[in-house]
Amino acid sequence: MSQLALVIDLNVCVGCHACVTSCKEWNSSGWAGPLPDENPYGADPSGVFFNRVQTYEVGCFPHTETIHFPKSCLHCEDPPCVPVCPTGASYKRADNGIVLVDYDKCIGCKYCSWACPYGAREIDAQNKVMKKCTLCVDRVTDQTLQESERKPACVLACPTSARIFGDIHDPDSAASVAIREQGGYQLQPEWGTQPANHYLPRRRSQMQIHEDELIRADNPLRKEEVEMPIEQGDTLDDVAW
Amino acid sequence: MQDPTTQSDNDLGRVEVKTTTCYMCACRCGIRVTLRDGQIRHIEGNPNHPHNQGVICAKGSSGIMKQYSPARITKPLLRRQGAERGTSEFEEISWEQAFEMISERLARIRAEDPKKFALFTGRDQMQALTGLFAKQFGTPNYAAHGGFCSVNMAAGMIYTIGGSFWEFGGPDLERAKLFVMIGTAEDHDSNPLKIHISKFKRRGGRFISINPIRSGYSAIADEWVPIKPGTDGALILAINHELINQGLFDREFLIQYSNAAELVVDDPRRDDHGLFSRFEMHVEEGCFDPENKLWWDRDLDKEISTHTPGTEPRLLGSFRLEDGTKVKPAFQLLKDRLEEYTPEWAEGITGIPAATIRRLAHEMGVTARDQKIELPIQWTDSWENEHESITGNPVAFHAMRGIAAHSNGFQSIRALSILMTLLGTIDRPGGFRHKAPFPRPIPPCPKPPNSPDAVKPNTPLDGMPLGWPAKPEDLFVDEQGEAVRLDKAFSWEYPLSVHGLMHNAITNAWRGDPYSIDTMLLFMANMAWNSSMNTEQIRHMLTDKDEQGEYKIPFLIVCDAFQSETVAFADLVLPDTTYLERYDALSMLDRPISEFEGPVDSVRIPVVPPTGQCKPFQEVLVELGSRLKLPAFINEKGERKYRDYPDFITNYETSPGSGIGFLAGWRGKGGEKFLKGEPNPRQWEMYQKNDCYYHYKLPKSYQYMRNWNKGYLHWARNHGMIRYAEPITIHLYSEVLQKFRLAAQGKGKGRQPPERLRKRIEMHFDPLPFYSEPLLSRLVDTHEYPLNALTQRPMAMYHSWDSQNAWLRQIHTHNYLFVNPILAHAKGIDDGDWIWVESPTGKVRCMCRYSEAVEPGTVWTWNAIGKAAGAWGLAPNANESQKGFLLNHLIPEELPPCESGEHLSNSDPVTGQAAWFDVRVKIYKAGADEPALTLPQFSVMKPLPGQKVRRGRWQAFFAGQLGKKPGRKKGSKV
Repeated sequence: MSQLALVIDLNVCVGCHACVTSCKEWNSSGWAGPLPDENPYGADPSGVFFNRVQTYEVGCFPHTETIHFPKSCLHCEDPPCVPVCPTGASYKRADNGIVLVDYDKCIGCKYCSWACPYGAREIDAQNKVMKKCTLCVDRVTDQTLQESERKPACVLACPTSARIFGDIHDPDSAASVAIREQGGYQLQPEWGTQPANHYLPRRRSQMQIHEDELIRADNPLRKEEVEMPIEQGDTLDDVAW
Repeated sequence: MQDPTTQSDNDLGRVEVKTTTCYMCACRCGIRVTLRDGQIRHIEGNPNHPHNQGVICAKGSSGIMKQYSPARITKPLLRRQGAERGTSEFEEISWEQAFEMISERLARIRAEDPKKFALFTGRDQMQALTGLFAKQFGTPNYAAHGGFCSVNMAAGMIYTIGGSFWEFGGPDLERAKLFVMIGTAEDHDSNPLKIHISKFKRRGGRFISINPIRSGYSAIADEWVPIKPGTDGALILAINHELINQGLFDREFLIQYSNAAELVVDDPRRDDHGLFSRFEMHVEEGCFDPENKLWWDRDLDKEISTHTPGTEPRLLGSFRLEDGTKVKPAFQLLKDRLEEYTPEWAEGITGIPAATIRRLAHEMGVTARDQKIELPIQWTDSWENEHESITGNPVAFHAMRGIAAHSNGFQSIRALSILMTLLGTIDRPGGFRHKAPFPRPIPPCPKPPNSPDAVKPNTPLDGMPLGWPAKPEDLFVDEQGEAVRLDKAFSWEYPLSVHGLMHNAITNAWRGDPYSIDTMLLFMANMAWNSSMNTEQIRHMLTDKDEQGEYKIPFLIVCDAFQSETVAFADLVLPDTTYLERYDALSMLDRPISEFEGPVDSVRIPVVPPTGQCKPFQEVLVELGSRLKLPAFINEKGERKYRDYPDFITNYETSPGSGIGFLAGWRGKGGEKFLKGEPNPRQWEMYQKNDCYYHYKLPKSYQYMRNWNKGYLHWARNHGMIRYAEPITIHLYSEVLQKFRLAAQGKGKGRQPPERLRKRIEMHFDPLPFYSEPLLSRLVDTHEYPLNALTQRPMAMYHSWDSQNAWLRQIHTHNYLFVNPILAHAKGIDDGDWIWVESPTGKVRCMCRYSEAVEPGTVWTWNAIGKAAGAWGLAPNANESQKGFLLNHLIPEELPPCESGEHLSNSDPVTGQAAWFDVRVKIYKAGADEPALTLPQFSVMKPLPGQKVRRGRWQAFFAGQLGKKPGRKKGSKV
């Protein structure tokens, strides 16, 4: 069985929210829509978003890291939201591992959102139906789209290409390669849910300059007959006899 | 529920797919818009577009909510008779009534005194048309928003290297190894930068961010270097100091391509002190730098003509010419200047340890020197030297408003341009690269008028409303040396204000200094809110009356697509379209979207019809130009020349038969020419077929070293992009600035500044970069107001001039003031507390949020989240007006009175760049009895006639069903 998933590269995510609204846009008018907004132009607006970006600060000034953290349903391989559903509305597809909700069967009891350790479910309070990320199942399986566009809307939108989409059961997929080679990790693996989505950590480039490399023989100051910025210090010639 | 794999989204309605250009911000990405049953289903990045390569940002995807926003203005509106201005009381009128009213008024002004009409636009990417209209009308009182955005970046760089960041050039991250970003710069331009920073990081490049705040792209920097606001110049000067003292500069590059080795007269008694020593030579008049300057030959130990084959000049030393003139190479003067700017000196100003400053300099210098790129591309320079390869030093920089929006920004940016030059990175791989039509001469050729005689009744303006002064004689002043323009641009107060000073237009018009005006037309400029400094007072000025009971600014026309705060103050409101409803040309005559590899321009073509009676502003100008019989809009018989805006774009030429028009692609009768060629009646169609853009890729040998690339310069001249194919030598030393300084010193027989401004000009027109504390800090009590306060826009709202968007407002519903806990604890302020922020200009009540990602002497907030109650189609109790706030109330638009004048703009004294980021504040906890409500508050703005206010609890957008009653079934439409 294949398991479609997202691998999100925190090393390049700048927190621009492109994934958030491209998801909203695609899904609101698609198979999983609508994604209603409560008080869209009033106080405390609150709508359904399948994908959100959280921002954290880590560490104290001046050693502060700012982390942008996009989060949506992780499409667990052993999803706790599925067995708790009293109507069978919450299900995991056998063909590609995507976790979905059948709105016709959903009674809006919210058991699934209680069971999900990641807070990834979104209640549509207008229609009293639980909704969630579908990995754009209606795009990725649409054979009328060009292959290059059979990807979730968030993946196509992402300006830093921080979202890698693929089958993590296929060891040669870009997603699997990224997980394997760049330290991909799961969220809260101790829950045993085996989230299919993975994250790639920050990586840091540093530069080492060896003292000897600072001044080169062809230093342009030599051409101007300026004293070179080299402190030679004492030599044996100065102190030995 | 149907299995999602058994159907296609395309089956849900009648589908059409169209391409156009985004305008949710100033970035201008290519987009593909899918319509379902005529309604917008999906806006996605166009994968074929060179600019964004298929990606799209948070704003772009939210364009649907802009299109269907309840803040849309749908009808022309006239202030109701008897209603006070600012109360938002309007009645509907027809376009014909509106046009009659405007043309009658403007015709009268034009016949009497054209400068009594002022046109200011919030966007500067249609200046080719708006500037043309102003010039044809005959008014000099025209500018776009550059003066309060980043003109220091444009001017500082263009006056130094002949190009600048964003539309005219940028960091070559494809080949850079080290990338340094200084200050907030994320929004210029956003998607291309994001694409390239990500690829750069994945290739293992090193990214350093120097910024008081760690947000945005700084979040993923390999190193964050916190700096005190307004001190960037000190840091850069210290880096330059270290590079020169260590010999970490590209000597060959400096000699061949900059004026570093050129000899400057060094004799303070002489009138030409500080100018280049030039020999007699016949020079054709033109706006290029003649090659009549001198080097000091190393071997002969005497002066020689620059670029004499086989010679090598001295960069350092002090010499005497044969005629006895004392001279020094410009580089020696630079070295002398930098002597005092040690890393230890800069540590005390910037807050960055001296060791870090040294290391930054070493990283830049060693990377540039030791990781040289060599591309097997042959090219010939302007002096006929043939080169086997293109080489590059892979250190790239980017900076925009963070460094620009200070009163010392121009000189800081000069210092940055010089840093980039010392490293040898100008228009070379891995460094900074130009985008067409740049590089241009230093400064570019167009000049503003230089005398009040340029303004005559019923006559176009003699000169360009905006231009590039090269000497005091180019200033737009009267015989007393005082301003002719309303905003005082190009006067001795702000001589190089190349983008104007829109931020002072309202204050000056209200005060009648230099004169009163009659009519002001504002397009897409929210001057009664986030586009003005000192907003509360500006709102007062818009409603203030003289002793006769007449408004001090008699007639205000506002053209906008949305119910912005400014609309309330209009006498006449013109409903603009959205970007999805109109034609637009993003022209090479203006600020196109060129790539490093060659010119690119683009268009918008409507994907949906206009809403209500909305009319694009472009059409309004063509209509008014025709009715007013402005020469460019009528034929020989005096009849209307252009049917509409698309017709204008197709057929307009800069002069009859010039072959240069708004669009560069598919010119010539059959579309066989580019850049230059006769009008092509099918040009729009050809753009549409090519996804709404035109991209000409230069041959590889023309893609680099363009300031001095003979092939490129001749190509550019032949295609009408530049007038002269002369080399564009980098102005390490600025003779242009020295000419103004000499005038201030009373030297020469030319124009001289008024007495009060002599010292100011002498100080700030320094031909070499220097550091000075921002003006406001010198004039306010910094013990009382010890903090710097900054604003920046969040990525979901960059450059987006509206945030009533139902989706985007859920990302940022209100803003906080971010405060470092070290500072907050000292003030007894808890996270989430209501606090006051106060400056000498005003005070604002808002909420505090702790942040470890800001240097402790700085507080900051997301800008333009806060709104006035009732504006933008939002409910009066929306978070934006109750908890959100606008920091602009605290920022003065004018300096406190000082020896240079009573009412000087709070701007850079060289360029007039608004010094937003100079404001000084203090913070303290709000009283326990104070309500949890932001202050100041303004009376609630009423909805406009024709505005579709939606007050329902729910909005469930589903394309194709908007405005229809759907048979809803459990949240699924299928």
